[in-house]
Amino acid sequence: MISIKDLSKVFQTKDQEVRAVDDLSLEIKKGEIFGVIGYSGAGKSTFIRMLNRLEDPSSGQITMDDQDLTSMSKKKLRVARQDIGMIFQHFNLLWSRTVFDNIAFPLEIAGISKEEKTQRVNELIELVGLSGRGNSYPSQLSGGQKQRVGIARALANNPKVLLCDEATSALDPETTDSILDLLVDINEKLGLTIVLITHEMHVIRKICHQVAVMEAGKIVEQGDVLDVFLRPKQKVTKRFVDQVMGDPEQENSLELINEQYQKGRILRLHFVGDSANQAVISDVSRKFEVDINILHGKITQTQKGAYGTMFVQFVGEKDEIDRAIEFIESTSVEVEVNPSV
Amino acid sequence: MFEQLFPNVRLEDIVTATNETLFMTLVSVAGTFIIGLALGLLLYLSAPGGLWQNKVLNWITSSVVNVFRAIPFIILILLLFPLTDFLVGTIRGPKAALPALIVGGAPFYARLVEIALKEVDHGVVEAAKSMGAKYSTIIFKVLLPESMPALVSGITVTAIALIGYTAVAGAIGAGGLGDFAYFYGFQRSNMDVLFLSTILIILIVFLFQFIGDLVTRKLDKR
Repeated sequence: MISIKDLSKVFQTKDQEVRAVDDLSLEIKKGEIFGVIGYSGAGKSTFIRMLNRLEDPSSGQITMDDQDLTSMSKKKLRVARQDIGMIFQHFNLLWSRTVFDNIAFPLEIAGISKEEKTQRVNELIELVGLSGRGNSYPSQLSGGQKQRVGIARALANNPKVLLCDEATSALDPETTDSILDLLVDINEKLGLTIVLITHEMHVIRKICHQVAVMEAGKIVEQGDVLDVFLRPKQKVTKRFVDQVMGDPEQENSLELINEQYQKGRILRLHFVGDSANQAVISDVSRKFEVDINILHGKITQTQKGAYGTMFVQFVGEKDEIDRAIEFIESTSVEVEVNPSV
Repeated sequence: MFEQLFPNVRLEDIVTATNETLFMTLVSVAGTFIIGLALGLLLYLSAPGGLWQNKVLNWITSSVVNVFRAIPFIILILLLFPLTDFLVGTIRGPKAALPALIVGGAPFYARLVEIALKEVDHGVVEAAKSMGAKYSTIIFKVLLPESMPALVSGITVTAIALIGYTAVAGAIGAGGLGDFAYFYGFQRSNMDVLFLSTILIILIVFLFQFIGDLVTRKLDKR
């Protein structure tokens, strides 16, 4: 769907060259929600702005649906841009227009007839959950509602791709979640490919299928969200994963667990994908004569299934405990006995 | 009552003078709005980072604006006598004041337009670009509507400056309340004429400010 080859962007300042995006290659599949995460200055914003050529690349190639965007003339680019919706961190709505007229703007640009326009705008208002607010001005809306208008506007011309430039970074956590739900909904309903950039791992965890981690203009790690969560290879990635999983906290509590719970066995259970849905704990307590004490844990949901770890204490006959461990090992839950930090 | 307060004022004279002042003001405001808007857009669009980024064009526009703003209005009228004669066919009367008023007002308004356009959120222009908008669409459907309240309050300020200019033009034969106050009031020592003319000019200024504020408030949806 989107194929990016050796993409670079160099900014020339007075005394130095800044390579904001450095020789980046990437494949994004149709219908995918593709997240790019990185700290500010990593080049992710420059990257996404090159996808619709708001920023012209210094070198490299972007192909979208077999169309070479990078070599396109200004005139052809304008038409191609109607197939690429974009939403922004600060919404960028026209305050002089009502919600209805803001959403109608891209349709005016595309030269759609008046009746068709009215019908389409009303559909979109419905789709993003703003029924009855068509005649309001942006200044009368909350941040979340403004972003909904932004989304409706971006979808007006039935684009194939939606670019999200830090679309939830200016919103509070609750509003962020409702906007993310809306994006997933749109992705599923319309089969739209979504490319988003963010600095919040929470956003990646909640809605993305694929993730790329960016640092100093390069992609340092990339893959299925669940894989990257489970086996982060780079230091930056680990820091992002910790954002949602709170790893330092876990190490601290493991020390305390080893000090305070001397009886029986301490186990670390690792839930991946489907296994998080299995009722392993209750199975064990029903089938075996062991007392189970939950000590510490966190399970979280991603688009590709759930994942997390849990520390438990098994107290009981030694043989019985061993049999229980054997049973858990036969499921897809990974077990580690007497884990150390 | 009127005759007692203003013994030297002939009612029809003052009505004529007021009409002339209003005529000069309204026509010159319209002309200034159009020419100033065009010049202001040119300044904004040709500036570095603008849609038509062009150093030479920006330098020329900026120089023209600065030169005409630097010339004192009374001298500008004199300098423009040949142009006025060519355009209007005479250098006397309200119509003859118009070229000088517009040439004096437009550069001033152009700078206000430039400031107003600079205030438009750059992100909104980018959003329009990302939708595939042409430059003309960006100018007429984004830049101008989004800066409209500032454009209107700018033309209000300019209109009031122009009312002042009409009085100056009046003193060298353009007619209107300035002419009336100077020749019939000051030079003949008819203080009542001078006084009444002043009151009428103040009323006109208030009227323009009131209308300008009202329209600005109506347009501003922020």
